[in-house]
Amino acid sequence: MRRKKDVFLVVTVICGLLVIGFILLPLLKMFTSPSWENLKAAIQDKKVVKSIWLSIYTAGLAAIISFVVGTPFAYFLARREFFGRKVIESIIDLPMVIPHPVVGIAILSVVGRNYWFGQILSKIGIRVMGSVLGIVTVLTFVGIPFYINTAKDGFESISPRLENVSRSLGASMFSTFLRITFPLTWRSMLVGIVMCSARAISEFGAVVVIAYHPMTAPVMIYERFEAYGLAYSQPVAVLLTLVCLILFLFLRVLSLKHQERKLIK
Amino acid sequence: MIKIKGLCVDFPDFCLKNINLSINRGDFFVLLGPTGSGKTLLLEAIAGLVPVERGKIYINGIDVTNLPPEDRGVSIVYQDLALFPHLTVLENIKYGLHFHKIDKIQAEKKLNWLLDQLKLRPLIGRFPVNLSGGEMQRVALARALMINPSVLLLDEPLSSLDPIFKEEIRGQLKKLHQETGSTFLMVTHDFTDILFMASRVAVINEGKIEQVGDVEEIFQRPRSRFVANFVEARNILCGYLTGSNNHRYIDTGKIKVEFAENTTENGKKVYFVIRPEDIIVSKIPLQSSARNCYLGKVTEITNRGAIIYLKVDVGNELTAMITKASFEQMSIREGDSVYLTFKASAVHLF
Repeated sequence: MRRKKDVFLVVTVICGLLVIGFILLPLLKMFTSPSWENLKAAIQDKKVVKSIWLSIYTAGLAAIISFVVGTPFAYFLARREFFGRKVIESIIDLPMVIPHPVVGIAILSVVGRNYWFGQILSKIGIRVMGSVLGIVTVLTFVGIPFYINTAKDGFESISPRLENVSRSLGASMFSTFLRITFPLTWRSMLVGIVMCSARAISEFGAVVVIAYHPMTAPVMIYERFEAYGLAYSQPVAVLLTLVCLILFLFLRVLSLKHQERKLIK
Repeated sequence: MIKIKGLCVDFPDFCLKNINLSINRGDFFVLLGPTGSGKTLLLEAIAGLVPVERGKIYINGIDVTNLPPEDRGVSIVYQDLALFPHLTVLENIKYGLHFHKIDKIQAEKKLNWLLDQLKLRPLIGRFPVNLSGGEMQRVALARALMINPSVLLLDEPLSSLDPIFKEEIRGQLKKLHQETGSTFLMVTHDFTDILFMASRVAVINEGKIEQVGDVEEIFQRPRSRFVANFVEARNILCGYLTGSNNHRYIDTGKIKVEFAENTTENGKKVYFVIRPEDIIVSKIPLQSSARNCYLGKVTEITNRGAIIYLKVDVGNELTAMITKASFEQMSIREGDSVYLTFKASAVHLF
């Protein structure tokens, strides 16, 4: 019995090491490949900084939009049982399973000049193709499911009875949300925002269809790789990865606190 | 005070059907019923927390059916208490004051009174996670009463407490009810709660009110088989009415039971109930005014600590209740012959 247990433990540890190695090896290689001079040159390159900054703030905008629009919707989904709820939840998850270039093509088919919506936008002077607006649209499309699902989980973890009691004590629906629901779920919302922006910042396939220019960091990495090869694209890739790592570290710290709070409850 | 007329609440898997109920101002009213009978749903409907399909709810003469929960003056204390985990005890208790225009001095007075009555003063800085079950219960009560509700709804507030805390909170609830003058509407399964606190009781089953009455009426004169079963009347029998005006009997086919209620329809099939505590057990026939006395054999003895239930076959099987002391004094064993004696007035027809 003990021997069988030991074999099982050895198998799990080996599998774990394989996975960790699989993730870390390419990243470590990429981090150590560019020379310090190349990295310094990339940091000083205005185009690189501009593209990384563009990635950050368009992803941030996508996260803010997801927060504003997604929070009431996530609350509704967490609190209401209705016919077709599963269908709605599946629709929300769609952007996560559709191949990324297909997302770009789908959005393009709506905002392009061959479709009435695109024609209206064109008439009122709103340009989606090749613009920051286009990038934000695509990033919101791919990021919003992450926000809505995380926020919904947060709302679901709070007993509706807390809200019921608050209302019976005289608080309106809005006051109840501000005084009870929000203080108990803001961590989930923050985790959702970070997940949404982390997903958005790394988007390439859909962005490249809608807006090759202005160039986001992933598009620039691809362009440099295509035009000049691996060595030229690596420093930008390292810088972008560092930004993503900082975001994910932030997420881990928050989610750890989230777990602790759940345990206390 | 609270008047409910033809209330229907429709949920996909459950509904309240045509609820009619009248609760007087200052009553300690208890809703009694099995799990899943709709007790909590009825409380939530009164509090305005679930949509009402049909019917009306009046509180103090005002139709509140379409009013939001915050405008009804009704506080609710759930079974799980639902204390706000991110607020301290004091913040929890004072929560309702944000939304009610209560004079500051009055509010301070009420707060101090509640803190003293419920012995909460040493706990005010703590968070709910650091409170015991009894302490949480007291905080939930204080929070609900702080806003002077005209109605306090209590959803099985004592069910999760251990016996010592239960006794303590029961006493505090009764005292608070007497001193605040609010109407209390409580859901419970526990007969001790009812006997200790309730002024009136409604029995609810499968979303319908089965019977409403004072405590004695519900326990002594159940009007349906369900209520009789639920209040543990135990001896529920069926027979046909017979006899003359002076001596009225129910003939079960095996025994004849004399009863005192006024009914003259001979031959009519009736159900009747005799509570186990109304039956006297003896080893020799008793000389008394009780009209019903039967000799039977003890078939089963159930020990419930201080009390003992005896199943005795007297033709029909009857259950009697005696104290442990009586049981030991008579040294009753299974198979022994005993006399069961009860008054005609202990027989209740429904």
